[in-house]
Amino acid sequence: MEKIKSIEDFKLLQEMLIFGRDTNIPTLVISAGTCGQASGANDIIRVAKRELINEELTNKINLRITGCQGFCQMEPSILVEPDGTFYPRVNINNMKRIIKAIAQGKVLEDLFFVDPETEKPIAKQNDIPFFKNQVRTILSRNEKVDPIRIYNYIENNGYSSLRKVFEKGDRTWIIEEAKISGLRGRGGAGFPTGLKWEMLANQPNGKGKFLVCNADEGDPGAYMDRSVLEGNPHSIIEGMIIGAYATGANQGVIYVRNEYPLAIKHLIIALRQAHELGVLGENILGTGFSFDIKLVRGAGAFVCGEETALMRSIEGQIGEPHQRPPFPTQKGINGKPTAINNVETWANIPAVIEKGAKDFAKIGTKNSSGTKIFSLVGKVKYTGLVEVPMGITIGEIVNDIGGGSDSNAKIKAVQTGGPSGGCIPAKMFDLPIDYDSLAQAGSIMGSGGMIVMDEHTCMVDVAKYFTNFLKDESCGKCFSCRKGTQRMWEILDDISNGKGTITQLELLDELAQVVKDTTMCGLGQTAPNPVLSTLRYFRDEYVEHINNKRCPAGVCKELITYSINENCTGCQLCIKSCSENAISGKKKERHVIDPAKCIKCGVCKSICKSDAVVVK
Amino acid sequence: MINLKINGLPVSVEEGTTLLEAAKFLGFPIPTLCFMEGLLPYGACRLCVVEIGDGPKAKLVSSCTYRVEPGLNVRTASSRVIKARKMIIELLLATCPQSKVIQDLASAHGVHQQRFRQEHDDCILCGLCVRMCEQQMMAKAIGFQGRGEKRSLGTPFNIKSDTCRLCGGCIYVCPACQLRCTYNQPEKTVCNGCANLTPPCLEKEKFDDMMCYMEPCVACEIKNDKK
Repeated sequence: MEKIKSIEDFKLLQEMLIFGRDTNIPTLVISAGTCGQASGANDIIRVAKRELINEELTNKINLRITGCQGFCQMEPSILVEPDGTFYPRVNINNMKRIIKAIAQGKVLEDLFFVDPETEKPIAKQNDIPFFKNQVRTILSRNEKVDPIRIYNYIENNGYSSLRKVFEKGDRTWIIEEAKISGLRGRGGAGFPTGLKWEMLANQPNGKGKFLVCNADEGDPGAYMDRSVLEGNPHSIIEGMIIGAYATGANQGVIYVRNEYPLAIKHLIIALRQAHELGVLGENILGTGFSFDIKLVRGAGAFVCGEETALMRSIEGQIGEPHQRPPFPTQKGINGKPTAINNVETWANIPAVIEKGAKDFAKIGTKNSSGTKIFSLVGKVKYTGLVEVPMGITIGEIVNDIGGGSDSNAKIKAVQTGGPSGGCIPAKMFDLPIDYDSLAQAGSIMGSGGMIVMDEHTCMVDVAKYFTNFLKDESCGKCFSCRKGTQRMWEILDDISNGKGTITQLELLDELAQVVKDTTMCGLGQTAPNPVLSTLRYFRDEYVEHINNKRCPAGVCKELITYSINENCTGCQLCIKSCSENAISGKKKERHVIDPAKCIKCGVCKSICKSDAVVVK
Repeated sequence: MINLKINGLPVSVEEGTTLLEAAKFLGFPIPTLCFMEGLLPYGACRLCVVEIGDGPKAKLVSSCTYRVEPGLNVRTASSRVIKARKMIIELLLATCPQSKVIQDLASAHGVHQQRFRQEHDDCILCGLCVRMCEQQMMAKAIGFQGRGEKRSLGTPFNIKSDTCRLCGGCIYVCPACQLRCTYNQPEKTVCNGCANLTPPCLEKEKFDDMMCYMEPCVACEIKNDKK
């Protein structure tokens, strides 16, 4: 790759790539993010390549391998450009047919996505309700870009925001744009990005300033950042170079969690290609501005997503948060001024510059502008990554995009913000999603995890699960957090085993308040949120566990029994699948479960074809 | 000089002074456990929390680490602070009941019981030993390992240390292990209203109305049977 030495040369390269595209031939787009690969996308790619070569179609059909596009429930999926035809859950055996159809300009109606509401097949991706109701500013770029080909990024207007910034040559203008856009940190706290950059820019130059991309994404169930890291790493690099130019930083760090091997691989490739091309490193595009980015891998600690602990981890020390003030913009990595932003925040920067701050601010609400990517998971029909404008209601996401409940059970609540967040009950689903209204309801936006729960989810179990996670992940320095999470878990464990008392419930509330008040860092301060929010909205479930020793959702193992009712046809299927030999019964006779041997694993219930297994 | 208010009283101190030092200067008592003169403050025990700020944005911060800011409004004994201190002491008693330092704190703050499952650890991970070893004895032979429940103290890889000079500084500063009440004369064991009797309990009749934080041992059992 030849190094580009001036902005003019870059402009020429970009125009050449854009006009050099052959828009007449169709493109087969296969999404191969981690979710796609786990569903078998690699086999699809292999077969596609083989077919294209064998049928001599390599110059008649383009092949593009991309990162995750968001409709994870339907992976492995194929998109055909320019029509926009979408084939969900592709089977390898259909690949030959699909490629033949693409070559002939036809579509295969029997392989379309079928909308369960209307029972009609839908041909185009943008007509499917899941996609139609989103505003995919960032995610839409994933399907256009092959993450390991920088020319592909440039061809799709990549690095043109950087070019605009260099051509303007005014650092304060960038910060003003960031402020006008109203962009708030997408890591969860929602601190205004423009303000943070201004604070960093006002620090005296010459000491060396750092810019950090927080790619530690630790929340269980949240993988929005992963899709951007894998699918469009250059958008983050571009955002960071723009930020560095605005604030005077000369060293950047991307701190990525070690558990994202594909993201790490794509980042390494992207950084190397950016260096080779000349948009990163010394004397970027001949402007005299130098900025380099280093990749640092995490070591498996959730607490290192907290910005002060992250800085210690980058320095090579134990990941322990410290008190703020002093803030990172005053004293950060190695004592130097540092600004830390989330992956999604960085990915939004090129969009802010490209659209212009005023237009960017038009989407969303007055205090929370722009879009946010949520990972919609749990008991909904369509799970995946959804990008929506701020201000959309929870109900719209769960029902219009997610398709509502995935079974006959009613949706009960939504958990937002991961282990630091809280549960919002179904009766509040017309709450708009923005930083302030979620906080008022007792939850937080967090990094964007959204877990949908139905009546078969036990809220005590949910609180126990998240408290268990936080108990393990607490750094352990603050006594109130370390011991507080342990003791909260102990009480929740007692309650879920039927050994809880009402006085323990009051103690739990009191303890949760103290942990929230006294702990130094964000992890401890938000650790009681799962407990406090479930107590606030679902206290009756706790009381049922305590007073009647009953788990209404049928989850807490000590409090439930499995039994077989009269629907049983005597097929003996469950007897064969029970690992504990706990079921007995002759053929065509109603079977019986021995409660002493039953370990409540649930296999019999899932295998029964007559719906005869009852959990109470 | 920075001007701020502590419990309504104006105070003027040098920049870089912590809230704890400023409060001490005015004579306001703030309990501490992991703080020691001569060592850099750490903020692990959370006992020294005070309330700063006003209205809904008021929050609790550890006074040993928070430096003074102009115009700050500090309250060292608001109801929120008192509740927090009492709960932390309860948690301390639930972990390390045999430490005299913790028992003294309990009686000084009116905490007579703890409502959790009783544990008998001999380390509260306050970090005094680590900081003593590093900052005063210049050895840095011990440190923290792990996180969360599994956090512990030790030498690197838990093997015998070359840098440890066996100075005993760590034992000297430890609130949990060194200051264990070990008097064998019952009259002298009572201090600040707490009884710290090493089992088997001696002459328990004299101390019938004292709160004993330890698990009932044989001596208690025998006594109850006699009744």
